[in-house]
This record gives sequence, structure tokens and C-alpha cells, in this order.
Amino acid sequence: METLESLVERLAAAVPGAEVKILPNPSPAQQPSLLVDVAHAVAVARFLREDAACRFDYASNVTGVDWLDQVVKEKVRTTRMVEGVERVFEETKEHVEPGYLEVVYHLYSMELGHGPLVLRQRTADRGAGARVASLTPVWRSCEFQEREVFDLFGVYFEGHPDLRRILMWDGFTGHPMRRDYVEPDDYEYEPTPHDQVLEKARRHYPAAGGKPREGQG
Amino acid sequence: MGPHHPSTHGVFRMDVVLEGETVVKLKPVFGYLHRNHEKIAEGTSYLGSMPYTDRLDYFCSLTNNWAYALAVEKLAGLQVPERAEYLRVITAELTRLQNHTCLIGFLVQDMGALGTPLMYAFREREKILDLFEELTGARMMCNYMRFGGCRCDAPSGWLERVKRVVAEYPRFLDEYEKLFTENEILMARTQGVGVLPGALAVNAGITGPMLRASGVNYDLRKVDRYGIYGRFSFRVPLGAHGDVYDRYMVRLLEMRESVKILEQALRDIPAGPVMDSKAKLRGFRPKPGEAYGRIEAPKGELGFYLISDGGPNPYRYRVRPPSFINLTVLEDMCVGQKVADVVIILGSVDIVLGEVDR
Repeated sequence: METLESLVERLAAAVPGAEVKILPNPSPAQQPSLLVDVAHAVAVARFLREDAACRFDYASNVTGVDWLDQVVKEKVRTTRMVEGVERVFEETKEHVEPGYLEVVYHLYSMELGHGPLVLRQRTADRGAGARVASLTPVWRSCEFQEREVFDLFGVYFEGHPDLRRILMWDGFTGHPMRRDYVEPDDYEYEPTPHDQVLEKARRHYPAAGGKPREGQG
Repeated sequence: MGPHHPSTHGVFRMDVVLEGETVVKLKPVFGYLHRNHEKIAEGTSYLGSMPYTDRLDYFCSLTNNWAYALAVEKLAGLQVPERAEYLRVITAELTRLQNHTCLIGFLVQDMGALGTPLMYAFREREKILDLFEELTGARMMCNYMRFGGCRCDAPSGWLERVKRVVAEYPRFLDEYEKLFTENEILMARTQGVGVLPGALAVNAGITGPMLRASGVNYDLRKVDRYGIYGRFSFRVPLGAHGDVYDRYMVRLLEMRESVKILEQALRDIPAGPVMDSKAKLRGFRPKPGEAYGRIEAPKGELGFYLISDGGPNPYRYRVRPPSFINLTVLEDMCVGQKVADVVIILGSVDIVLGEVDR
């Protein structure tokens, strides 16, 4: 297979306007990935499938990754005048790097027998902007897997033919695979409740002194 | 139809629209067995997820172990000793034998041949499960492989007993073939039923015997040559029509190839350690990065995708389940067929709900 650098060059020529970036992977697996912008993802995917040197006809694995907001601490040097003398101060400044959701595609070529090429799309944020382009029109194998990412991560796939929940039931709210998902506290007593369970039950049913009411649980 | 699988492989439902007896539309409904395996694994150490992988496809725990171990070994750059590689091949091919045997038993059960063929299959499976029990201590939940090798060496005399079972296997396959291959009812029920064209199979990410029954030559044992598969000579059986009969036939022929691999592996297995001395099981923290490892499991391509942030737990742990993705084309195969055929077509996909729903 050609190097990623030359592939990115050819991609830039074939799909005008596409922003493709190589993301390094420090692990010994040596599987770096390509980050594609959402607007051109489908065109890039089509190129990767059709191009004679690539022929990535098989999208093996599709999955989501949740990256939370990160607090980044930086040390900043400032010079200030203190009592007429210039002195250097070191201050720690914090800023929040907004989190995002990522959809990862592992592509292989059955025809030429090479791969994997790791393709990534990133959403703008973890809220209303959690949208990426669906690659199901290019590879059918994404159909159920993108539905799963939608279900468990809450990423909206634009252009997906049948975007419904797949593993959780239809009335379910929330996306359990997100890192900040809080499990509902609605279990019943264990046969032999221990301290942790009793404490949780006390918080859950404060009025009844930690005992679930009849018909609840 | 459902939510019971006709052969009680698990709980699975299909919303089917019919016109008389003919299927017009079919939507599979998943999730009855969903327990969010991936979320649980993100809260557990790398090693802690190993026994949980047994429960994915509970027919083939050893290949699940191997796929997970392979992904972690890629992530951390671990080596596997020679003897452990051979033990992995032997256990994986035995797993393939018993999986395909049972699948054919279930398939003919779905066609109405109740009891006898399935019991024949289970008789052979018992012999292999006995071997697993002797090696790993468990019949189905084997939890045998570790990052950088296998948990324990084979007990004395075990390889001899494997040799005996493997030597007997072709006779059983002949018996099976005599029962089914030219059976009129089987041919009438399966030929031309549930046809899957090769181009659609590739595009829909179908893997394993289902893909090869559609005539696409893609076997990870040949393509990736993971482990030591490059050393063995075996052929990849391919189908021509992509119907249920071809899927049955491909699996039968694959078993014969598995027997060949087993014979070679049992002949060549060297002495030596089964664990890499540098491998660390407790306090295992791979460096940040990610890896995708995959193997040819009996049901198709089983992959594990791991992201490490340097901690003791994986930041992201993903299973690429073959039988879940193989169901993508269930509707395409069933539309235009009769209701009774849907059961057979589903049977020929070879699903296990522990893996579909995770």
C-alpha cells in the first residue's frame, strides 16, 4: 500500500476542499488514522472505494469514541513591574478544551488484500452539534454499526437510511456509552443487602427510610 | 417472528411483512441480550475482560480469547512463544470444528429433522469439549489465553488424545455427508434459497463462511496470516451460488481443512514455554495509543479495537461482532422467499445472540 502522505496528496487533488489530516498513533500497532472533515467525508469515502490503487471495498469496523472536555493547564510567563523593578512571574492558566465525539472506520481492501486504513470523523461538540456524515451509502456494512453508534453514543448520522435505536429500546433516553453517563439508581434490594447497597437505597428512598415502597423497585 | 430464535440460540425477533406466504419486508430487532459489554470492559482492567470475552460467542470462547489477546498484543507490542502459538491454533481449529458441526446440526433441525442429526453433532462436540475441559478447566467458558501466551501448558497425554479425536473426525464427517449432502429434502429446501450475491456480500461487510459461500476468496488466516497460519498448507473452500446449500457445503469443507491444519499443528508442536517471560499480567498498563486486531473466528471476522490512555483500563474497548454485521443482509436474502425459508436462512447465517447483542 502507498504511504499515507501520498494518499493524502492524491485525496486533496481528487476531492477539492477536503481537509484530511494524518493523526499519529504512538502504539506499536502502527495504525495511524486519517481525520476527514464531515462535509467531504462521503466524497473521500467514495474516492477510497473507487480509486484503483486503494479499492477499500470493505468497511470492517465502525465505532464511536467519546472525548470529554479537558482542562488544560498551561504555565505562562509574564513580566510585571513591582516597585519599579521588572520581575518575571510564572502563572498557571487553565482553559477548557471542548470535548467531541469521534467516529472511527476501519477499512480494508478485499480485492487487493491491504489495510487497515483508519478513517475518523469528528463532531463539532458533544451536544447539538454531534453530527457526522453517514457512510452507509458507500458501504452497507456501516448500516447497523452506525445505528449502534447513534444509539450508544448519540452521534447523529446525516444521510443514514434508517437511523433508529438498535440495542436499547425505543423509549430509552440517554446514551450509555458516553463517558459521563450516569447509571440510573433503580435496582431492587439484593438478597443480602450490604453497606454500600443500604447507603444507596437510603439516598434513593429518603422518605421511606431507605426501604422501597410497595409496588416500586 | 420471535422473540425466540427457532433453535433457541438466544432471543431474537424479526418484524416480517408478508403477502400470503411470501416475505415482503423484514426488519431484525436486537437487544434482548444487551448488557453493554463494552461499557463493563471500560471499567475493568485489560486482563479482567478476558473471561468476559468467553461470553460473547459462547460456542467459541477460545477464538474470542485469541482475538482479544491479539489486539492487546498489538497494542502493547508483545511477543508470543512458539508453543503457545501452536496451542492457540490447535484450540482455535477445534473450536471451528465443533462450531461448524453444531451449526449444521441446528440448520437441519430448523428444516424439521428434529433430534437425531443434532444429537450426532453434539456427540462429536462433547469429545472436543472434554478436551477443552482437560486443558482449561472449563468446557465452554475457557478463559485460556493471556497477553503474550496461554495460561497453562497442555497436561501430559493431552496432545495424544487430541490426535485421536482429530483422527476420528473425518469418519464422522463422512457419516454426516452421507446423511445430508445428497439428501433430497435438504437439497430441495436449501438450493436457490437465500441467495447472497458476492458484490453485495463484500459491500455489506459479510465475513466468514457466509462470504466465502458467495464466492469471495477472503480468509483472514490466508490474508493476515496472524499467529503462525502462514506455516500450514490448507485450502479455502468457496461457494458458487451463495445460497443456503453453499453455506452448508462451505462449512463442511472447512471442517476437512481444519482437520488438515490440526494434523500439521499436532505433528509440529515444539516444546518450550507457553508464556512470554516479559509479559506482565498484573499491573498491566500499555502505553497510550490504539490498535485493531482481528482473527478469522468460526462465524467471521472477530475484531477488537482498543484505545489506551496509559491507564490500567482501556479508554475504549470495542468488539466487532461478526454475526451482528452478518445480519445486515438478512432482509435482502429473505425478501421474496417463503416464511418457512426465513428460519433456514437465519440458521445459515450462524448467529449467537451473546455476540449479536453483547
